[in-house]
Amino acid sequence: MLSAQSLAKIDREVAKYPADQKRSAVMAALRIALTERRELGQTPDARCLNADVIEFVANYLGIAPVAAYEVATFYNMYDMKPVGQYKITVCTNLPCALSGGVSAAKYISEKLGIAIGETSADGKYTLLEGECMGACGDAPVLLVNNHHMCSHMSPEAIDKKLAELK
Amino acid sequence: MLEIEIDGKKLTAPQGSTVMEAAHSIGTYIPHFCYHKKLSIAANCRMCLVEVEKAPKPLPACATPVTDGMKVHTHSSMAKTAQAGVMEFLLINHPLDCPICDQGGECQLQDIAVGYGKSESRYQEEKRSVPGKDMGPLVSAEEMSRCIHCTRCVRFTEEIGGFQEIGMANRGEFSEILPFLGKTVTSEISGNVIDLCPVGALTSKPFRYSTRSWELSRRKSVAPHDGLGANLIVQVKQNTVMRVLPLENEAINECWLSDRDRFSYEGLNSERRLKNPKIKFDGKWHDTDWETALNYVVKGLNGVSADHGKDAVGFLLGARSTTEELYLAQKLARAFGVTNIDYRLGRSDFSADALRQGGEWLGLPVAELSQLDALLVVGSTLRSEQPLIAARLRQAARKRLKLSVVHVADDELLMNVHGKLLAAPQNLAGALAQVLKALIEIKGGDTAIDLSSVEVSAEARAIAQSLADGEKGAVVIGALAQQLPNYASVYAVTQEIARVAGGRFGVLSDAANSVGAEAVGALPKDGGANAAEMFAKPRKAYFLLNTEPEFDAYDAAGAVAALKQAQTVIALTAFDSEGLADYADVLLPIAPFSETAGSFVNMEGRLQLFNGVVKPLGETRPAWKVLRVLGNLLQLDGFGFNSAEDVRAELLAVGSIESRLNNALSDVRADVSAKAATVRVGEVPMFAVDAICRNAASLQATEHAAAPVALLSADLYASLGEPTEVLLKQGGAEVRMGARVDAGLAAGCVRVAAASQDTLALGGRFDAIEIKRG
Amino acid sequence: MAIFKSGVIFEGVDTQDANAWRLAAYEARGGYAALKKILQGAMPQDEVIAEVKNSGLRGRGGAGFPTGLKWSFMPRAFQGDKYVVCNTDEGEPGTFKDRDILRFNPHALIEGMIIGGYAMGCRAGYNYIHGEIFEAYEQFEEAIEEARAAGFLGNNILGSGFNFELYAAHGYGAYICGEETALLESLEGKKGQPRFKPPFPASFGLYGKPTTINNTESFASVPFIIRDGAQKFLEAGKPNNGGTKLFSVSGHVNRPGNYEIPLGTPFSELLEMAGGMRDGKKLKAVIPGGSSAPVLPGDVMMGLTMDYDSISKAGSMLGSGAVIVMNEDVCMVRALERLAYFYHEESCGQCTPCREGTGWLYKVIHRIANGQGRPGDLELLDSVGNNMAGRTICALADAAVFPVRSFTKHFRNEFEYLIEHGKPLVNHKWC
Ligand SMILES: Cc1cc2nc3c(=O)[nH]c(=O)nc-3n(C[C@H](O)[C@H](O)[C@H](O)COP(=O)(O)O)c2cc1C
Ligand code: SF4
Ligand code: FES
Repeated sequence: MLSAQSLAKIDREVAKYPADQKRSAVMAALRIALTERRELGQTPDARCLNADVIEFVANYLGIAPVAAYEVATFYNMYDMKPVGQYKITVCTNLPCALSGGVSAAKYISEKLGIAIGETSADGKYTLLEGECMGACGDAPVLLVNNHHMCSHMSPEAIDKKLAELK
Repeated sequence: MLEIEIDGKKLTAPQGSTVMEAAHSIGTYIPHFCYHKKLSIAANCRMCLVEVEKAPKPLPACATPVTDGMKVHTHSSMAKTAQAGVMEFLLINHPLDCPICDQGGECQLQDIAVGYGKSESRYQEEKRSVPGKDMGPLVSAEEMSRCIHCTRCVRFTEEIGGFQEIGMANRGEFSEILPFLGKTVTSEISGNVIDLCPVGALTSKPFRYSTRSWELSRRKSVAPHDGLGANLIVQVKQNTVMRVLPLENEAINECWLSDRDRFSYEGLNSERRLKNPKIKFDGKWHDTDWETALNYVVKGLNGVSADHGKDAVGFLLGARSTTEELYLAQKLARAFGVTNIDYRLGRSDFSADALRQGGEWLGLPVAELSQLDALLVVGSTLRSEQPLIAARLRQAARKRLKLSVVHVADDELLMNVHGKLLAAPQNLAGALAQVLKALIEIKGGDTAIDLSSVEVSAEARAIAQSLADGEKGAVVIGALAQQLPNYASVYAVTQEIARVAGGRFGVLSDAANSVGAEAVGALPKDGGANAAEMFAKPRKAYFLLNTEPEFDAYDAAGAVAALKQAQTVIALTAFDSEGLADYADVLLPIAPFSETAGSFVNMEGRLQLFNGVVKPLGETRPAWKVLRVLGNLLQLDGFGFNSAEDVRAELLAVGSIESRLNNALSDVRADVSAKAATVRVGEVPMFAVDAICRNAASLQATEHAAAPVALLSADLYASLGEPTEVLLKQGGAEVRMGARVDAGLAAGCVRVAAASQDTLALGGRFDAIEIKRG
Repeated sequence: MAIFKSGVIFEGVDTQDANAWRLAAYEARGGYAALKKILQGAMPQDEVIAEVKNSGLRGRGGAGFPTGLKWSFMPRAFQGDKYVVCNTDEGEPGTFKDRDILRFNPHALIEGMIIGGYAMGCRAGYNYIHGEIFEAYEQFEEAIEEARAAGFLGNNILGSGFNFELYAAHGYGAYICGEETALLESLEGKKGQPRFKPPFPASFGLYGKPTTINNTESFASVPFIIRDGAQKFLEAGKPNNGGTKLFSVSGHVNRPGNYEIPLGTPFSELLEMAGGMRDGKKLKAVIPGGSSAPVLPGDVMMGLTMDYDSISKAGSMLGSGAVIVMNEDVCMVRALERLAYFYHEESCGQCTPCREGTGWLYKVIHRIANGQGRPGDLELLDSVGNNMAGRTICALADAAVFPVRSFTKHFRNEFEYLIEHGKPLVNHKWC
């Protein structure tokens, strides 16, 4: 189900916790599984978490599948729905909105021709609105594929970034 | 003890208890939803907010520990405002569908809303709508918009069921109760979530929409399936059993019911119920009246005994009959001169019969299982045989109980297991001998059993150590072991383990009235044939009380062959089964437990009385009446009973039930040598234990009742080249079926369910079997 | 870009230097001297705790609880595992200081946690990091490896016989995990749903073991306190408000960023450091302690100093030190709508008043903001808020109510106008 590298990464996470607390690694394990799917997935459906992966992770850690599912759905960053090759999450919370967060989201939306929450027809981009990322001083900020944060995203910076994300 | 005050009433409460518990102890009601005395504290519904003097804000009674001198107000304006506030929040998104809701009339939300809410809603936004979920054939989760997120169901599956099958996914207002994607709920005690759900979100699928709760009358009864004897509330409308709920009894079923006990009632209303007497002639069945049918029976019995002697008659009695019926049936047989009487159709080893000094029973009260330090369970498919005993032990194993098993398969018990020893059925006694030997090494002592060839494994030593260390210990034998061809050896070694350990010893009685059958002597005595002999040496006449031997007998094929050759097979039965139709020639419709007065004796020897909850169906008669009339027609003395109580009074006159129970054998003999063989493990599936279950549609729709596949031990699976289909051969019959591996099964075993239509052609449940790639 | 003044945590940190976070740079700034002082000079556990107490350090995560006192709650005699946990789940809107600690000075945190672990007799520590700053998480893991390689982590640290392990864990998008018991649940691999207290983490924390949880900035202040002494730290601030504090200034200022300044600095000075109001607009309102703190009108703020007591006297909270500045172009109904959305979105969902109340508040405010307000809506908001605050397991419900109460109190006219006229008094534009 998961590659040897991913399993090795999960094992490394498991090792952080007491031997009888493997469950602690579920957050990281789901993140690792999702990352692998994002990197290998060819279509939006193939890039998100599904029942099989979640059940695999649950069994790997010895917890109930529904317990892993609870975790996967409680935390916003796990993609449970089909997602583009580049998921762009723009912070629009108040502090960011005061410094261009909402405008940045609007700009990207117009540029990509997709509304917030949508994935482009070619499966390339998904645009989402996010909550506070703890980087309000750098507003507008956005996350690409959960892990890469981009700061001070003026229209020019957005143009440049989108040009990189081809 | 701490001194506290609730609404001006002074009371004492133990350190560590909560305000809620203290309030309950003096009968003060505090409204609540998430709190449940058997579940962990969630404190999430916030309905139980009360005022505590000196606390700046209202506190949840369910989670707040009492402190000395605490003064609590459950009805002050602070408390009432808080409670009304919570009530308003609970209702804003709750659908206003009480008139069509199944929970209507028995809804905690409805009840509490009336007492603690406001009349008008200030919420004018759109209500939330939550899609329904599929939880399987028993629990309906169709109307999840009604859910108030108390998480009782989630906590139940995790804490009482032992495995979290239900979760609350998503977050905040978007939280949803659900099983894992694409899965249903399969716990053997899943139906309890219906009782736990304080609203109409989780309801009974079979019961849904059938009636309104206030149209039902509630009658007490006792569950007729396993040896626990769970207490029931049977709900009835227009002479039909509509629903079964638990009647709380802390000493027996606590506040739970197994799915078997809860949903089997559908069988009582099934199409297969026999409604009038029937006789077969000219190869065809004909409806008839009681008089004709009873005269036919009398003629048949008299005829066979005149032509072939009394030994040509066999009485086979179902162990789910009432004590009174069992007593009368054996009395009838004995008065008629027949000694071939047995209730133990599912057993194969009767070699210890001569050594027995009394009836088999649990050997301790059920409630004491919760207090044990160490328990060894021998040969039991525990969760399926005794679902609520398993749940009870699960709680105990969370605390101090060290639970060990010696069994044929490493089945998931969903609880902490201290020690585990696996062996094929024929080597179970040998495995137990290891424990015995280790125990003697630890504690000293001696035994008459020859242990010289026994090598003690580390697992056996760990089990022995827990039994030696535990102040309160016990060893009990499950239904699987009771059926084994070497049961006598298993029994003897187990008894020795208990003796050396200084613990209690007994059996987990399989059927609702196994102990009653033991106590009234539904057994061969005075040289009579036992169940196996009655089939092995076929009789001319069989008298069947409440049993379908093709499902109930150890060797289905052998039993059917014997029945088919008989001159007459008389069946007192509530169901008109295919098997009976084939081999019987007279069917007498008798009342199931719900339609007659009587009693069951549970595994701890407790005699539990019940009355009929509905009138007998059609021409059905209570079996005790049928037996009385037969006694009279056969011109036997002592059949002048006017009621089931009369029967009971007579059977108890010779001594109490307890006085007849004794697990000790007068001599200890056991063969503990190892034997190599390919052996069948033929358990009776959870929902196939009796005709009521077998005819309960919803239970039969669960995955526990799915068509059997052959489960192969890892060694067999590998040696056959990982087959997907196999050919099984027992006693000349061949059966082909799908195959899978069961990695936990002891080497050399094939698990093939008994009491299934697909395996009726096979022979002994735990006998040798031939297996080939199919 | 973050801009730092001199202080406790960022003293000497060159944020332009890509290697400023590394062990070598930290040691060159005097890093790990405090740990060495303790372990080699064998400063007893009690003394470390006393020193932290004397420093007047108050928790920087929001509640301002005295850190030394919290440390002293850990059961001394307890046999078995104990844990220190750091809260870097910075998700309170407006707060972005902990990320910069991880980015530019992670070893200060590591050293602080080791010292805490030593003082409280803990076996291991975990730092739980906001999922959205994943790059900082990865870098922090590297910093841990540096510390381990240098012998500051592991067995027999600096030959003292003290063993301590430190690990990083991450969240993945749930604000509630900033609440300390939700964080523990999440660390245990569950949904981040706060636990009912009592029992408190000091007796029943991670895996049910005694645990102390502190904010990143709290831990990162400890090396300074031990190395330079409690007195020096105390003097950096003012009585009952010891030390310097990081203020995250966001919104309508010219230079948003983190400012490490003495507690007690006038707000007007902080505003000036942040470059003053953007485009020369007028200051309208300030949320002085993260989105959960009550908003204050600009003129009130201009008379306050930035410390726990002063802000609290004015009816708000210093909270996490997130200063959200709003100018005259902000429609306060729109601003509140966005915050109400946030709390609705982030409620964990277990408590009825929070699960249902956050949604109700949002829906009503959303209605008002869109010109669909009804007479009585403001009273309704007030009443719903009263039924939420103080009735739940954790303080998120209160955090959701504070903005509603304070916005509708200080800027009531804007709400009334919108309800009455169906259009806003201030023509709002997100810039
Ligand atoms: C809803 C909520 C969110 C919180 N978020 C954070 C947070 O992001 N970071 C933080 O350090 N503390 C947060 N806290 C406070 C923590 O519960 C806890 O008090 C703090 O981490 C303790 O550290 P300190 O004593 O060093 O401040 C939050 C509390 C609540 C109720
Ligand atoms: S107040 Fe809200 S966030 Fe806090 S525990 Fe309760 S439901 Fe969860
Ligand atoms: S019963 Fe106390 S909070 Fe639910």
